[in-house]
Amino acid sequence: MADINKSKVKNPMPSQDPEVRAHNFMEVTLGYDENTALDEARRCLNCKNSPCVKGCPVNVSIPEFIEKIKEHDFEGAYQVISRSSSLPAVCGRVCPQESQCECECVRGKKGESVAIGRLERFVADWHNQHQKNALQKTASNGHRVAIVGSGPSGLTCAGDLAKKGYQVSVFEALHTAGGVLVYGIPEFRLPKAIVQKEVDNLLQMGVSIETNMIIGKTLTVDELFENGYEAVFIGSGAGLPNFMEISGESLKGVYSANEFLTRSNLMKAYKEDPVTPIMKGGRVAVVGGGNVAMDAARTALRLGAEAVYIVYRRSMEELPARHEEVEHAKEEGIQFHLLNNPVEILGNEQGFVTGIRCIRMELGEPDEKGRRRPVPIEGSEFLLDVDTVVISIGTSPNPLIKSTTEGLEVNRHGGFIVEENTGATTKEGVFAGGDAVTGAATVISAMGAGKTAAKAIDEYLKRKNL
Amino acid sequence: MYQIIKKVRLNPTVTMMEIHAPYVAVKAEPGQFIILRVNEEGERIPLTIAGYDRINGTVRIIFQIVGATTLLLNEKNEGEYIQDFAGPLGVPTRTEGLKKVCITGGGVGCAIALPIAQKLSAQGCEVTSIIGFRSRDLLILEDEFRRASKRLYVMTDDGSYGQKGNVCMPLNEMLSAGECFDEIITIGPLIMMKFVTEAVRPMNIPCTASMNPIMIDGTGMCGGCRLSLNQNGQKITKFACVDGPDFNAYEIDFDEAISRNAMYKEFERHAYEANCNLLKKGKM
Repeated sequence: MADINKSKVKNPMPSQDPEVRAHNFMEVTLGYDENTALDEARRCLNCKNSPCVKGCPVNVSIPEFIEKIKEHDFEGAYQVISRSSSLPAVCGRVCPQESQCECECVRGKKGESVAIGRLERFVADWHNQHQKNALQKTASNGHRVAIVGSGPSGLTCAGDLAKKGYQVSVFEALHTAGGVLVYGIPEFRLPKAIVQKEVDNLLQMGVSIETNMIIGKTLTVDELFENGYEAVFIGSGAGLPNFMEISGESLKGVYSANEFLTRSNLMKAYKEDPVTPIMKGGRVAVVGGGNVAMDAARTALRLGAEAVYIVYRRSMEELPARHEEVEHAKEEGIQFHLLNNPVEILGNEQGFVTGIRCIRMELGEPDEKGRRRPVPIEGSEFLLDVDTVVISIGTSPNPLIKSTTEGLEVNRHGGFIVEENTGATTKEGVFAGGDAVTGAATVISAMGAGKTAAKAIDEYLKRKNL
Repeated sequence: MYQIIKKVRLNPTVTMMEIHAPYVAVKAEPGQFIILRVNEEGERIPLTIAGYDRINGTVRIIFQIVGATTLLLNEKNEGEYIQDFAGPLGVPTRTEGLKKVCITGGGVGCAIALPIAQKLSAQGCEVTSIIGFRSRDLLILEDEFRRASKRLYVMTDDGSYGQKGNVCMPLNEMLSAGECFDEIITIGPLIMMKFVTEAVRPMNIPCTASMNPIMIDGTGMCGGCRLSLNQNGQKITKFACVDGPDFNAYEIDFDEAISRNAMYKEFERHAYEANCNLLKKGKM
């Protein structure tokens, strides 16, 4: 057995130089090479009680896959991860490991945790580069399941059911499969080729993907049943972007983060001579502090902005974005206006944005979630000159499916009501998961919900077809 | 891929196509729209549905060649395919219970107004149609409107056909003669819809306008199509794609909508000219 690597810090992630990457859309982080991965793997103590596994929403057998890395069995490591996770190359890149597996790591108590996310990515990338064998199609059991939405929850649910022999059709509203992985998360953080690879894997497994199908409009959930599907999983995502309802939000140059990112990512407005327009250059203010806000800010920078500001009403401590993204954003020159809240967006006679008026905030008493509530400081307003404002303050559920499906109940936030252990909704045979249930959350939790539902759908259909 | 079954040039700048899209054809209702992409690299544009044939599975679109994408679309011929065609989106125009309606259509907006007129007429509603164009050579669908309407007024800005003037003229005449309608439906350029709305506001007759803002996904995800309604003095943001495209015309902030529609005017002009040049050189 290999010796323990006693280094208190993680092997650093090789990355593009910040000054270079701020001007291109290529992936920021380059990934560990074999030697670095082996060295990092030796930092894992292979703890008996594996606290890291409990921190993972899908309970990947983390010490087990790291042991395989130590043994140079990278494909074996991939197989271990695959048992629990359908999208390792995606999760290794976009999971908030610092608040999940890595925050439970024993090595983190005296120094930095093992770089579990970076190792996961290494293993997944190694597999994608070296494993050329076509995936095996499981013999069909003759039962059909419909999946609504091809984001992380839908792809995961589809994959798990296909492995069990179900005939799975995925219905996607947009022209490309991948959901938020394609329209939302930018190329420099998650290359689209990786998402495409996952989609191709599903196709090889016999899953069919129907694009341009808006469930709730083109077909209803009830019509899916009429068309012979025996169960339906809804992973339709978060939905309508929220605005602040402040003056000036209709000015030209004000975007929701969804629109800004969709124009750049899905519609490729970042290309030299784009077909879909986007306002670029000048100064850009991004309102919000989540991963989506970081993605929008760093996209704006790469589109050629002179200056990009994050305007967030709480402090760095409460900022919800993934730690690594915040660090990367800072390195690239994104300026953080913390404890600031917009009160008005200003425009010129032609209706284009010229600035955003903000007020300074201080942190007051904690709210019901335990986060300290920001309170405006009277008389502290100031003006930030900007040409573009991107609003990234979350989303509200999409009404299209709810309004056309009888018997499908939603909670007061508009998310589908489901049984936590199965994803079963209030309508028989219909399951749901991901942001459509929880509101905006993470890729991994959506994936976890897709897995849970796949298992429950299998059990439901076995019970029903006894 | 979606096949173009039929293509007819209605006038020098307006083309009609019937696209084979059975799923959309089965569900389509007047007032709804589709989103299309011409080719794999294309932009997504919304077009309101101008008709449908549920048996043959085709959906009719009528578009004016105004930008780079409509120019490309117009280059496609019968038998050829377009990349994407998704729908039907939006809420259908409300027609239940209407007995007497005035429809005002302007330019290519008449293409969208026609199926509404036809549906109303088929349910026994008395339809008065006022259709307006810049000049005679831009006139479309006159015979179809005549069949679907009890009365038809054709207006041209330059007087080259029908009556000279805009759609508000016969409308004002009817209203001042004391004529009453259950509803006025207006579809066309924003500025025309604004004037129609102002013309009927004093009578307080229900007035519906069909909005056609810039969109990307058309399913409520991006919020690009948002517009402001004034409801009892309060500003409300609505998304045309899921809440509309029809709205109570009295509540719409038309000036804001006009401004927002011009957001990419410069970009669009360049893109249009670039495509024109490529087409001239035969490179597309």
